[in-house]
Formats: sequence, C-alpha cells, structure tokens
Amino acid sequence: MSDTHAESVAYVRETAIPPAPAPVTEAGVVGWLRQNLFATWANAALTIAALYAIYLVLAATLPWVLGGVWTTDSLTECREVLQGRSAACFSVLTERWNQLIFGFKYPDEFYWRPSLAFVLLFLAAAPVLFFDLPRKLLLFTAVYPFLAYWLIWGGTIWAPVFAALGLVAGYVIFDRFGNQNFATGFLGGIAAALVVWILADYIVPLIASDDPLLPAVQSRDMGGFMLNMILGVVCVSLSLPFGIALALGRQSNMPLIRWISVVFIEFIRGVPLITLLFVANVVLAYFLPPGTSFDLILRVIIMITMFASAYIAEVIRGGLAALPKGQYEAADSLGLDYAQSMRLIILPQALKISIPGIVNVSVGLFKDTTLVSIITMFDLVGMIRGPILASSDWNGVYWELFGFASVLFFITCYGISQYSQWLERRLTTDHR
Amino acid sequence: MKKSVFLGALTIAGLAAGVAAAGTLDDVKARGKLNCGVTTGLVGFAAPDANGEWKGFDVAVCRAVAAAVLNDPTAVEFVPTTGKTRFTALASGEIDLLARNTTWTFSRDVDLKFEFVGVNYYDGQGFMVPKSLGVSSAKELDGATVCIQTGTTTELNLADYFRKNNISYEPVPIETSAEGAQQYLAGACDTYTTDASGLASLRASFENPGDHVILPEIISKEPLAPLVRHGDNEWADVARWTLNALIAAEELGVTSANVNDMAAEAGNSPEINRLLGTEGNLGEMMGLDAKWAVRAIAAGGNYGEIFEKNIGENTPIGLARGLNAQWTDGGLLYAPPFR
Repeated sequence: MSDTHAESVAYVRETAIPPAPAPVTEAGVVGWLRQNLFATWANAALTIAALYAIYLVLAATLPWVLGGVWTTDSLTECREVLQGRSAACFSVLTERWNQLIFGFKYPDEFYWRPSLAFVLLFLAAAPVLFFDLPRKLLLFTAVYPFLAYWLIWGGTIWAPVFAALGLVAGYVIFDRFGNQNFATGFLGGIAAALVVWILADYIVPLIASDDPLLPAVQSRDMGGFMLNMILGVVCVSLSLPFGIALALGRQSNMPLIRWISVVFIEFIRGVPLITLLFVANVVLAYFLPPGTSFDLILRVIIMITMFASAYIAEVIRGGLAALPKGQYEAADSLGLDYAQSMRLIILPQALKISIPGIVNVSVGLFKDTTLVSIITMFDLVGMIRGPILASSDWNGVYWELFGFASVLFFITCYGISQYSQWLERRLTTDHR
Repeated sequence: MKKSVFLGALTIAGLAAGVAAAGTLDDVKARGKLNCGVTTGLVGFAAPDANGEWKGFDVAVCRAVAAAVLNDPTAVEFVPTTGKTRFTALASGEIDLLARNTTWTFSRDVDLKFEFVGVNYYDGQGFMVPKSLGVSSAKELDGATVCIQTGTTTELNLADYFRKNNISYEPVPIETSAEGAQQYLAGACDTYTTDASGLASLRASFENPGDHVILPEIISKEPLAPLVRHGDNEWADVARWTLNALIAAEELGVTSANVNDMAAEAGNSPEINRLLGTEGNLGEMMGLDAKWAVRAIAAGGNYGEIFEKNIGENTPIGLARGLNAQWTDGGLLYAPPFR
C-alpha cells in the first residue's frame, strides 16, 4: 500500500528543513533598529532628528562639563586658567563642599557625627522598607531617632534617653489598658509620657554633665543638604501617622473628631506652604515672650509636618474610599472592634492602594524643604543663594552650583520613586 | 520619630524664657552676645567666608558695637534676615541691632517704629550699560530697554526719572539680581538699573568688567543705615555713637594701628582725648567704660579702613568713596562733635 503512494508522488521530504537564521534585517541589532527606530519613513526621520538634537545638547554641554576646572580658589583664578575657554568652574564645589553639605556653621571637627547618622539612617530604614529582613532589626529602628538626635545635636545624652523613656512609659500604659478600652489606654499613655517628660525637664539639667561626650551644636548652626535631609526624613516619617489619623478622623462617626479633622485638612490645604513657614519664622515670635528663642528648626518641622499630613490624609482617604463596602461589613461581621478592623482589614488594603499618592507627596515634600531658604535658613539652596554667591570669590557662578543641587535632589527623589515602584510590584496592588 | 527634638527644644525654650525684657543694653551685657541682624549674603556688605566667618561692611558695624559694649568683637550672634523678615525680627526682639543695608525712609522710621542711628553708606540708584552702546549719560537712554527688579522702590524711581526728563523706556521685569545679570549679559536689555553699590559688585563678577560702564547719574537717595527699636534711647545712643566714633576716628586720623598708642595717654588734641577716653567721661554717660571707642576702632579700624577693606577700590567690588567721603573731602560723612 505504501509503495503505491511512494510511486505516485515525485518527491517526499523525509526530514524537517534545518532552521535557518532569521534574515539579518529582522534579527539582532539591525532588526531591533528597524523595528523600533526606522519602522517607517516618518519614524526614521524622527529618529534622525532626535539623534541630531541629542548631539547638539551633548556637544554643547559635554566639553563644558568635562573641561571643568576643579582646583582653583576663586572665580577669577578659574577664568585665568580657562583663558576665555567656555567650561565649568567646579572648583566652587570642591572649595565649598563642606558648606554645601553641612552649612557654614557646623563645627568641622564634628562632621563625622551627621555623616554617621546618615549611614545609620539606611540601617534603620531598611527593616521598615524591606519587610523580608529579620523583624528584630526594628529594635534599632526604634532607637534610631534618639540616637540620630544625639549624634547631630550632641549635648547631654539624658535628653534623648528621657524622651525615649517617656515614649516607653506611654506605650506600657497603652498596652496595659488599651485592650479593655482604647480611649483610656490612649489618653493614659499620653499622660504617662507627659509626666515623664515634665520630670525629665527638672532632672536632666541636674544630672547632665558640663562636659558631655558629644559637645552640643545649636539648631541654627545646621545647614546645607544635611538640613534638607533632616527636614525631609523627619517630616515624611511624622506626617504618615498623622495623615492616617486625620484620614480616619475625617471618616469618623463622632462629629467633633470629624469636624476637627475636616477643618484642619481644609485649612492647611488652603494655605500655601510658604505662608505657613513665614508664620513659623516671623509671626510666632510675636506671640512668644520676648527673649524666647523657640527652636527655628522645630517650628519649621511642625509646619511642614502639618502641611504634609493634610495632603497624605487626603491621599489615604482616597484609598479608604476605594475599598468596597463589603470589606467594612466583613470586618464587622467577624466581630472585630473599630481598632482591630482598621488595623487588620481596612488599612493594609487602603494603604496599599495609596502608595503612589503617598510617594508623590513625599517626593514633593522633600523638594519643598528648599523653601526654608526664603525664611533665612541655610539649606542647600539657601547656602548657594546666600553665602556662596555673595562671597566675592564666587559671585557669578550659577550653573555649576544649581546643577549640583539638582543632581543631589534628583538622586534622592529618583531613589524614593524607584523604591515605591519596587514596593508596588512586590505588593501587586492592581486587581488583575 | 524625633520626639526628642521637641523635648530638647522645649527645654531650651523654657530656660530662655527666664530672661526678662529689661533695657537692651543690659540685656546684651547679661547675655554676653550681641544679636545682630544681617543679610543672608550681599557681596562686600555681609557674607560668611569659606571658614564660616561673617565678613563685610555691615558686619563691621555689628563687630564695632559688640567690641564697645562687650569688649569682644567676636561676641556677635549673626542672625541672617531677608528683606521680608528683617523688620519683624527687630520688632519682636529677636535681634538687638539691624545692620542690613536698609534704606532710611520716613515711614520705616515713623510708622514701623524704628530708630535709625545714622547713615553708614550713602547709596543711590544708578545705571549700567555695555561700553559698546556708546552712552555716557542716563539722559541719552531714550527708548532703551531697562532690566528692573519688580516690586522695588527702584522701579518707582525709574518711572519718575524718565518722566521727569521726558524720555521713554521699555521695562524688562526680572525677579532677582542673578536673573538680572543673566538677562543683561544676554542682551535682553540695554541697561540694568539698581543701587550703585549693587551694580559695582555685579560688574565685578562679570568675565570682562571693563566692557561695562556705570553711568554717572544717581537718580535716587538710598541712605543705608543701621537701626534699632523705637523707645530704647540708651541702646540707640550706644549704636549711634559707636558708628559716629568710627567716622570721627577717620576724620581725626585714629586708625586701628595707632589707636592703642594714642589711647595710652592724653595727647594734644582734646577731641581725640575725649573720644579715646583719656579725658572726660563720655563712655560713662552712655553706660559703658572709658575705652569703649578704643575697642570699637581696634575691632576693624575706622570708617575709612572698613570701607577700603570690604568694598573699597582695592577690592573686587571697587567702589569709590564718592558721597561716602568725609565732609572735609567733599563727602557727606559728618560725625557730630564728641564733647
């Protein structure tokens, strides 16, 4: 039977054709170029135009950057070295590096202290940011704020120790009574913390040695990028819990709490940040007794935190509103009380949805810390606009300094944004 | 986080609140430091150097007062202020003395309730033009485009001047001095106008300062003066006469180099003797000791020395004395007699 068939057909292929490599125009680099850059005549024209534009930009900037001068002591010297050539004068960055990072008054023998605090910041933030790490590391995170304060400000170690003790006392009380009645535990905790702090106010001056291990540095001596980092880190970490509390308060059934939250959020959101900063800097001085110098950094931290918490509250309210009503009802039907249902069911989902919004606010907030330069604090921009550009050595260097500031801020903000994207992928917040 | 910041600052605030508001002179003596308001940075007038030390023409006034009152020119806490925060800082008591190139005007003196203690720099609004424009007088600027900072008195002065001379101009509004420099150098305007001292320091920062000229016309009066709060006349006297002592010292030939020799014993000139405390009791009348002026002069030199060191012709800013010369040299500086 098979024979007949074989004879009736002239040729039968018995093996598969060996796979040939793809045509050179469809694979590899050439293929990629053809598909992505030169698919049609219009695309090809756009690609060439774009390449030309990139070439123009690089041709203008690269010689300027690469030919930069790094070692002179003033702009005049810089210009002598360059002899009319157009190139950057980066010497201002090397000569004023410490001022740009730490401000002009932080004692230079103590530069290691904020630097160490900065390195430890990553260690403390790691267990919060990456939840695969061992949970025991959170202990260090809890200690870090007090350690960082002590490192940067110095002075007696007892002030941060008692501040921490106050928090611990508050937590113990809350832990003891909070299970039976949330309000009793909460208010009791606050009262306990206050008692410890008031006691500390009397005790600390008595036991503080006159010659502390780390000599004290005044708040007004802080400056440079360090100040931006302090304000950014402190305000972001403070505004998150406040924002959650405000968002929940706004949805509360208790009218008083709801009204307070609504008024606070709407008022703060209706006022520009710079106005709040002016209030902190200028107007508060009228209300305080003469001679009082209520720490300016603290005033600014309070104002920026208020501002950011109002925005974060609205972001989180969006997350809460996005949850189906069934989630709330499910929590109720399980017999969970308010605190439990929020902690276990609602907030984990709502916060997950809110991540992009929260990161957005945080990045904006970090950049807004440069506004403090307007109220005479010498942050990175304040240092550039004030002391450095006003020195007769460096008067006239704009691009190099502001470019440097942009690079620093870009690195930080890009880092935050990359982390948030990783977090979103990790939590897969989209309901596909 | 950072509850400790709060606690620490509350403690500091509580301690500081104990200081009562007495006379400013007593306050400063008790504190051991003079709180002096300066700019956040203006070339030649006030700026911290690479070591973080404040230097400049206005800073020298603060140091002289600190030397006279506290016997230590470094006992100054410099409080940087902006144009917007300077008056509230002074009125609220955050600073004792404001030396921040502030123009002495009627409303600031009378309405804002401040006491100007004397002029330390006579400034005025001028014009800078590129040499290639071939203009030698502001009156030839008919139809010119003018870079001008918005919302300042310079804007009003400019309008007045051009109207008075019946010529026209086209304003190019700018926000800051840095922006003004960029626009002017890029040729967006024919001329840039602001205070003459500002023009000089701006020109000094240019790559080719020789290509630009500052026109001779000064179209406004900007007497820059240190100031204190209204109502504390003892303190105002201290600040006023410290400034006068610096000016008189130049007139009388007392410099930082020879002041200690001259103050060692009474000389032939009764006025120098009274100034330096070898005769009479001028310091005592003011609540200070006899050597107050000696210390003020030794701190940074007399007025002429301070001028030459910070903004004079040998500095990059290169300002001529002009109106700020002694009255004997045709300027406006005229210290009342020490008698």
